[in-house]
Amino acid sequence: MKGMKGTRARGLTLHISLIAGVLVSLFPFYWTIVMSTHSSTEIFQYPPKLLPGSHFDENVHHLFQKIDFFGSMFNTLVVAVSVTFLVLFFDSLAAFVFAKFHFPGRRALFVIMMGIFMVPAQLQAIPQFVIMAKLGWIGSLTSLVIPAAANAFGIFWMRQYMKGSIHDELMDSSRLDGCGFLRQYWHVALPVVRPGLAFLGIFTFMAQWNDYAWPLIALINPDHVTLQVALSQLNSVNGTTDYGMVMAGALLALIPLLVVFFIGARQIMADLAKGAIR
Amino acid sequence: MTGVGAAPTLGAPADDGVRSAAARRPKPRSVLGYWRLYLAISPFYLLFLCFGLIPVGFSLYLSFHRWDGLGSMEYAGLSQYRYLLSDSQFWNSLTNTLIIWAIATLPMLFIALVTAVMLNSAVRFKNFYRFAYFLPNVTSVVAVAIIFTSIFSTNFGLANAVLQGLGLDQVAWLNTDWGIKVSIAVLMTWQWTGYNALIFLAGLQTIPSELYEAARVDGAGPVQTFFRITVPMMRPIILFALVVSTVTGLQSFTEPQVLLANTNNTSTFAGGPGNSGQTMVLYFFQQSFDNNDFGYGAAIAWGIFLVVAIFSIVNWRLVQRGEK
Repeated sequence: MKGMKGTRARGLTLHISLIAGVLVSLFPFYWTIVMSTHSSTEIFQYPPKLLPGSHFDENVHHLFQKIDFFGSMFNTLVVAVSVTFLVLFFDSLAAFVFAKFHFPGRRALFVIMMGIFMVPAQLQAIPQFVIMAKLGWIGSLTSLVIPAAANAFGIFWMRQYMKGSIHDELMDSSRLDGCGFLRQYWHVALPVVRPGLAFLGIFTFMAQWNDYAWPLIALINPDHVTLQVALSQLNSVNGTTDYGMVMAGALLALIPLLVVFFIGARQIMADLAKGAIR
Repeated sequence: MTGVGAAPTLGAPADDGVRSAAARRPKPRSVLGYWRLYLAISPFYLLFLCFGLIPVGFSLYLSFHRWDGLGSMEYAGLSQYRYLLSDSQFWNSLTNTLIIWAIATLPMLFIALVTAVMLNSAVRFKNFYRFAYFLPNVTSVVAVAIIFTSIFSTNFGLANAVLQGLGLDQVAWLNTDWGIKVSIAVLMTWQWTGYNALIFLAGLQTIPSELYEAARVDGAGPVQTFFRITVPMMRPIILFALVVSTVTGLQSFTEPQVLLANTNNTSTFAGGPGNSGQTMVLYFFQQSFDNNDFGYGAAIAWGIFLVVAIFSIVNWRLVQRGEK
């Protein structure tokens, strides 16, 4: 049968093309490993070394001499964890109100919130910097945490989620049982929307971990920065750079992020796509 | 704030289910009766007021003044906007942004769509593929830019090693006008193709398979099916992806900033030799935080806002027309 053979050949071509795509996707990660395990002399040789070398320890040693790697990672962790918890709490609380209650001004407040979505960050950057300076927060992690503690995206996302998953009957019966607002939020709403919170939490954590532009401006002391800013300092030295060291830094900085992504990958990919189609 | 036993003071549940009886409607009562609800949504609005609304208003005020952040403000009227219109470096940054956006976004969306079609017809290893394709997108832009700096390095970069191996001339990727733009675009394409492919894949799964059956019966090949059925059916989602990549692409900052960091001599926001990779947002940062020209920086920010708004409206129009 001709059809059978054609299908198999087509399936093979399909998987070969898809695997070629995977190789392009993953190659830069592999290349980071290769570069971070070679000394500078090896890196400057031609033809380039395509397999991992044996100088990783040395490069990591240089890295730790050059920047306070764990200090800046700790700063990043403090910011990312605090922001994630604040966002989960404030956003889900506000979303619960918007999804399940009537009150004067609800529509207007919601429209205002969605309008804020559209304002580009540059319009806020200079005045934010000035306000932070007035408050004395420039240079401290507070300047990163507080402005990020609640956001329109998270409220909108959680509201959509709650509208679909918290049924009115559940709200009514809990009210008849004498549940007040906070107890309804904590004991009725939150348990139902756990998957939605998981997505928002992972998404927020990763966004904070990777944030760069504002920390670059707000943390003026070069010895007290977040991981991404510290990494960019490594790369911005003029002239010859110790590339093995820089790549070792990039590699180590990726690990915590990849761990979080491995844990939440399925959820993240499914929910991002869902959001686009809605 | 104790919520216990406070049932009567709560707002009624929203009526998005079946509205059963008039009893569900909230009893008329003073606005203050809803204080718990207002309190619950207040954190966002307070933060928005302090770090959103006031800053936006202030930046408008600032754009009509000259200010270095320390001394006193000096009223400048419209002069900074007038200067913006004649500022060749701003126009250069706008052109750079648009060129980089175009050579990154158009191939990206096309490759993503083709990838999504292939993924949709693959039965095995689907989850593995999705995972591998999405990985670049979760990686930090700083790390990605550092990795690509090494790939495009003139002296030891892999790109030049490959060219040399093929017997071709080497290219000073991060030192020439087009080299810089292509490098930034390649970085963006690598990072965002998988994300868009996943979005397209989700959209493909909503196309009824009868359409493909009918096309097959009519003897259409894969290429014909792709352009006659897949592309038209996917139009709304392609436009969604286009809108997202336009808004993010027009505000690119980290990619050129880190990628060109060690070729910059004058400013960390210069965008490489000849400002060839200086995007609008990089120029904004340069004027604001390198030159401490806060007033002019604010005027540039409003210029960027206008450009993004115009492109968003054009995109929106396209979406509207697609829905008719």
